[in-house]
Amino acid sequence: MKKTPLYEQHISAGGVMVDFAGYMLPVRYSDGIIAEHRAVRERAGLFDVSHMGEITLEGSGAEAFLEYLLTNRFSDMPAGKVRYSLMLYPSGGTVDDVLVYKRGADKFMIVVNAANREKDFEWIASAAEKSGYREVKINDISDSVALLALQGKAAEKILPGAELPRKYYTFVEGGKVLGVDVLAVSRTGYTGEDGFEIFVSPENAGRLWDNVLSVGAEYGAIPAGLGARDTLRLEAAMPLYGHELKAEYPASEAALDFAIKYDKADFIGKAALTERAPEYIRVGALVKGRGIVREGSVLIGEMGETIGEVTSGTMSPTLGTAVAMLRLKKAYGGRIFAEIRGKTVELELTPLPFYKRNK
Amino acid sequence: MAKFYSKTHEWALIDGNVAAIGISEYAAKELGDVVYVELPETGQTVAAGGELTEVESVKAASPIYSPVAGKIIEVNAALEDAPETLSSDPENTFICKIEMSAAPEGLMTEAEYLASLK
Repeated sequence: MKKTPLYEQHISAGGVMVDFAGYMLPVRYSDGIIAEHRAVRERAGLFDVSHMGEITLEGSGAEAFLEYLLTNRFSDMPAGKVRYSLMLYPSGGTVDDVLVYKRGADKFMIVVNAANREKDFEWIASAAEKSGYREVKINDISDSVALLALQGKAAEKILPGAELPRKYYTFVEGGKVLGVDVLAVSRTGYTGEDGFEIFVSPENAGRLWDNVLSVGAEYGAIPAGLGARDTLRLEAAMPLYGHELKAEYPASEAALDFAIKYDKADFIGKAALTERAPEYIRVGALVKGRGIVREGSVLIGEMGETIGEVTSGTMSPTLGTAVAMLRLKKAYGGRIFAEIRGKTVELELTPLPFYKRNK
Repeated sequence: MAKFYSKTHEWALIDGNVAAIGISEYAAKELGDVVYVELPETGQTVAAGGELTEVESVKAASPIYSPVAGKIIEVNAALEDAPETLSSDPENTFICKIEMSAAPEGLMTEAEYLASLK
């Protein structure tokens, strides 16, 4: 199992370490998931997301290749912007969901899920080869990039003097953050809060982590683990690969159409998605009564029929009630039930996201 | 009254032929924040080492095993609305009380249990 450059920091902060996509990462620290979740919602939390992969695409045809490889549009994207996109199989199922950073003309970086890193790299390289974009240089730079996410309304105050991106989903390259040389800072995150993701060399990661927490202490910032990352993203209704997104699920069923540009001339998976009407839809639900529904629970309709499944479920620390994202049959209109340990509970549909910050 | 511990980190506080059942401080730490306790049903019988119920932390559901055999005669209904007390004060929070059908076997004293954690 691999360690991130911040392993020692996690151990000394009381991190409860687990195997996540081949990396030893903290699921929580001594304060616990709920305290970490609240810190991010009310103040700020610092995450080690160095396990995420970074792949660069550069050279003649890089932009045109991305237009074909991914579902979102990049031709109208200025340098310094970040865009969420899906990467699909020809079947319309998802290879991965990614963030695309435009660094310049035909110069991009994409951030991918840790568990998919090798698969993604091979997929991208083979797609470039097959589609004739042989001049695009594709590099997996993940091992030379550490990534810290500082999330929460106090994030900006914790980083005085740094050149920070002003708008959501933009980034700046280079510069210093709290006296440490960084590779890039983007105003992005996976929590539903304002915040920054800071790309830094592995050598500088420990010093940056320590400095952020030392300055952040005054603002109530604490380190936060994978457990809080999951409850935060779930409240914000952000999809997670392997849960809401899978190779087997057509991407048109994930309620992510903002990132699928059907009017593009072509992209991998477009034909499959346009040929078939979506059969399922991603929706949110609250559990009525007691209990928590978890990923994989089957959804049952009024006649006892199977109408879908729970893709993510947890107790929402912000709402104080159990919440779930469902993959529900689009045509179904009745009451929805699920089983928890042999007992039936009813689910009540609610608009996503479960939580939206006040801007 | 005497308190005994199981290898699976539950405790039994024994008073005559009735045992109050809870989880150890160590178990509570391992579970993380408890957000839901599925209470067992009064009248149900359980074997020693059998699954008594499940508690849910934010991340996952974990089984709780019964350290003794017998019939459940009382459940701690306060846990329905305040499951977090199982995290904050585990050694003084019982989940249920069991009327024992046999003498408890294979349990550890507190000193033995604490030594086993090292």
